[in-house]
Amino acid sequence: MAFDITIDDLGDLVRGAALLGTGGGGDPAIGHTLVVEALRDRGTITVIDPDELSDDDFVIPTALMGAPSVLVERLPRGSEPVDALRALESHTGHTATATMPIESGGINSTIPLFVAAQLGIPVVDADGMGRAFPELQMETFAVYGVNGSPLAIADEHGHTAIVDTAANNKKMENWARALTIKMGGVGYIAEYGMSGAAVRRTAIPRTLSLALRLGRTIREAREQHRDPVEALSDVLSETLYHHGEVIFTGKIVDVERTTVEGFTRGTARIAGFDDDADCAVDFQNEYLVARIGNRTRVLVPDLITILHLETGEPITAETLRYGQRVRVFAISTPEMMRTPEALETFGPAAFGLTENFVPFEQLAEAVVR
Amino acid sequence: MHPPRLGAVTRTHEVTYMRIGIDVGGTNTDAVLLDGNSVLAETKTATSADVTSGIVNAIDQLRHARPFEPAAIKAVMIGTTHFINAIVEADRLSPTAALRLGLPATASLPPLVGWPDRLIKAINGQGYLCHGGHEFDGRLISPLDRSELLRVIEDIHTRGIRSVAISSVFSPVNAELEQEVASLVLEQVPGVHVSMSHEIGRMGLLERENATIINACLRELAEQVCIGLAATLREAGFAAPLYLSQNDGTLMDVDYAREYPVATFASGPTNSMRGAAFLSGLETCAVVDVGGTTSDVGILQSGFPREATAEVNVGGVRTNFRMPDVLSVGIGGGSRVRVHNDDVTVGPDSVGYRLRDEAYVFGGHTLTATDLAVASGQAEVGDPALVAKLDPTQVRAGLDHMAAKVAEVVDRMRTSPTPLPVALVGGGSILLPDELDGAAKVLRPDHFAVANAIGAAIAQIGGEVDRIFAVAPGKRDDVLDTAKQEAVDRAVAAGAEPASVEIVDVEEVPIAYLPGNATRIRVRAVGDLTLRDL
Repeated sequence: MAFDITIDDLGDLVRGAALLGTGGGGDPAIGHTLVVEALRDRGTITVIDPDELSDDDFVIPTALMGAPSVLVERLPRGSEPVDALRALESHTGHTATATMPIESGGINSTIPLFVAAQLGIPVVDADGMGRAFPELQMETFAVYGVNGSPLAIADEHGHTAIVDTAANNKKMENWARALTIKMGGVGYIAEYGMSGAAVRRTAIPRTLSLALRLGRTIREAREQHRDPVEALSDVLSETLYHHGEVIFTGKIVDVERTTVEGFTRGTARIAGFDDDADCAVDFQNEYLVARIGNRTRVLVPDLITILHLETGEPITAETLRYGQRVRVFAISTPEMMRTPEALETFGPAAFGLTENFVPFEQLAEAVVR
Repeated sequence: MHPPRLGAVTRTHEVTYMRIGIDVGGTNTDAVLLDGNSVLAETKTATSADVTSGIVNAIDQLRHARPFEPAAIKAVMIGTTHFINAIVEADRLSPTAALRLGLPATASLPPLVGWPDRLIKAINGQGYLCHGGHEFDGRLISPLDRSELLRVIEDIHTRGIRSVAISSVFSPVNAELEQEVASLVLEQVPGVHVSMSHEIGRMGLLERENATIINACLRELAEQVCIGLAATLREAGFAAPLYLSQNDGTLMDVDYAREYPVATFASGPTNSMRGAAFLSGLETCAVVDVGGTTSDVGILQSGFPREATAEVNVGGVRTNFRMPDVLSVGIGGGSRVRVHNDDVTVGPDSVGYRLRDEAYVFGGHTLTATDLAVASGQAEVGDPALVAKLDPTQVRAGLDHMAAKVAEVVDRMRTSPTPLPVALVGGGSILLPDELDGAAKVLRPDHFAVANAIGAAIAQIGGEVDRIFAVAPGKRDDVLDTAKQEAVDRAVAAGAEPASVEIVDVEEVPIAYLPGNATRIRVRAVGDLTLRDL
């Protein structure tokens, strides 16, 4: 069902998107403010269900790529994502009838809203990751047969480039990443242009409305004095992401973070309150693996989120700070992201990890603390 | 609303050193005289509009309660909500410009974006976007455009703006552009105040810039208050150093506070929570601080105030200050009481500092929360005869209403189903009963009325390291340990009790344009002030 997003929905939407962003996907406050400013002129944005697309609709997803730690300093000029979309339209000769997120995250769920508000086109309630991933080939779009190329990338000077690597999506990522680094670590892209039929076949459906619902759940739980993670687990059990669970509670005692090769990489260490246990979470923009002691506890593509202990607000990797008291909350990824071909694209091996993927709800059995 | 409780409370035989803690709140100025850990005297007086005369009164009363020679005082510590109140009330602020270097980037979210209109108006806020700023790796986004800057500065001058906040993209990595533009502004606009973002905040342009603008619009007020305070104490014969409480419970000297008033921002709740912990001996509890206008509820966990989450709004402005998590409700000693048939409501509006003129018990004509407390016999303030005719049923209904409101806020702050003990502090806590719904127990520690001033007096001492380290591969842990040890050593050298020192903050900013994996490392350590000496 189509629905309208207004300024009042945005707080919940970016909160839920930041949760699905699993530490990455960009700063939710910046995403929020960008769309609020755009909506001041335009009131509402229409979100349409993938089932409402006609086969010959042409959808061009829009996004930011690069290091989240750069975005919080070098804010956008505001023209970049539309510049990228226009460049792709003129390159392909197809006009976008809608835009769509490529991933769920604080900024990348909102860039398409920002574009939609500027152009007056709808946003499709779906994306290609169902969470956030650091690289552009890590898309269910790609896994199920849509090419990322041609891709258009824009910077704040109004300059654009087209990357066309045919069916080689990993090469598209590499080339676009090289351009992003030259742009100072963040660029704005339009890619994976596809028909309405292809969206229905390859996208994770209804992730914007899910983000809205998850964000509302956290806020309402807080208002009603309920434990936010219990409320989240209840909601998740009714969705494609069927299982959510707290795997560790403690205080952040170390955050190692560098901006390299166009990513924010690092490790957060969390010390338990009551015992000597510790938890280490590695990230490459997104949280990839959580280890408790020497044991692997959650592995990509399952979702790892770090939440403020008391409020349940998700914390992104670039805002993790020494001394924060947190809970590590894991969410099982939808089944269409656990198939062999999906795991080949964004399973542990795609990140250089040697462990085989095991759904974390099964790993849970092995580690009883 | 409390008559000053005079007289010595605790005496020790040996004088270690005496200090005065003062809390300047919106309604009352509280003062305590401490000798080591003993409270020798406490007073409560009305806050004056000029801040300083209220402090003079407070000190006079202290001397009356417990005579001492000014020369015997080794330190005067002041905690104040004066600056944060100025922002919340959008009053007493200077005309301020925000000049950001970053074009063509950042234009989608210009300076002052998301600020409440009322506050922008109160500071006559002007935002300017100019070329400049760095990339993360030290390249320029664009070079400074001198003629553009001169045009902007002329506009700032023409508009009569007296304080300028300068921010530049990635200035925590490279501060040169902010410094260059600050010099230019100072050269072109004589007498203007300049605040630079790299000195005030951390990574995150919008939050750092917001904190810098807040600092800028408080500069004139801070100068006036700080100069006034120093002069007042000097005239009264005090030679002791004058400190102001900072957000993290540590102290800064008065000259520093003049330039960085924003650093005092959260000191009010921090002092009240630390004072409550000190007085009650509780490690984990809810602290309810009842003042003249509001009751502020915070949570102590293992002796530390629970910190608010990343997003802290101050007067509607998003910042990334580390502040205690505090929820307020409009229940205080001066809250107005309204009676409609059987329905009695209290607050949220208050007569505030006019309590001593307007409340029934002081001969006034406004029914206030304090009048109810006196009528019920719960408190002894003013003239009880003036409230003798109040209907006891209505008095009870009003008091119950307040207790229920406060209990509700305590309940909202609680994050587990287990009931917490509640420590009541602040002069207005006489309004509340000895039992609250959902509280494990209710404590009213000795000296509860002046917990904030005690919090200021038992302030902590910090040590900070902030410089660029070369981090060789595989040596990060060693480098961090070195930096942490240095911060601890500095805190101890500054007077912190070694066993109490904790690392409270670590921030690393890679400086990619310098060779050798250069990293700016900031570490802050904080500990209790030793009682030996300052």
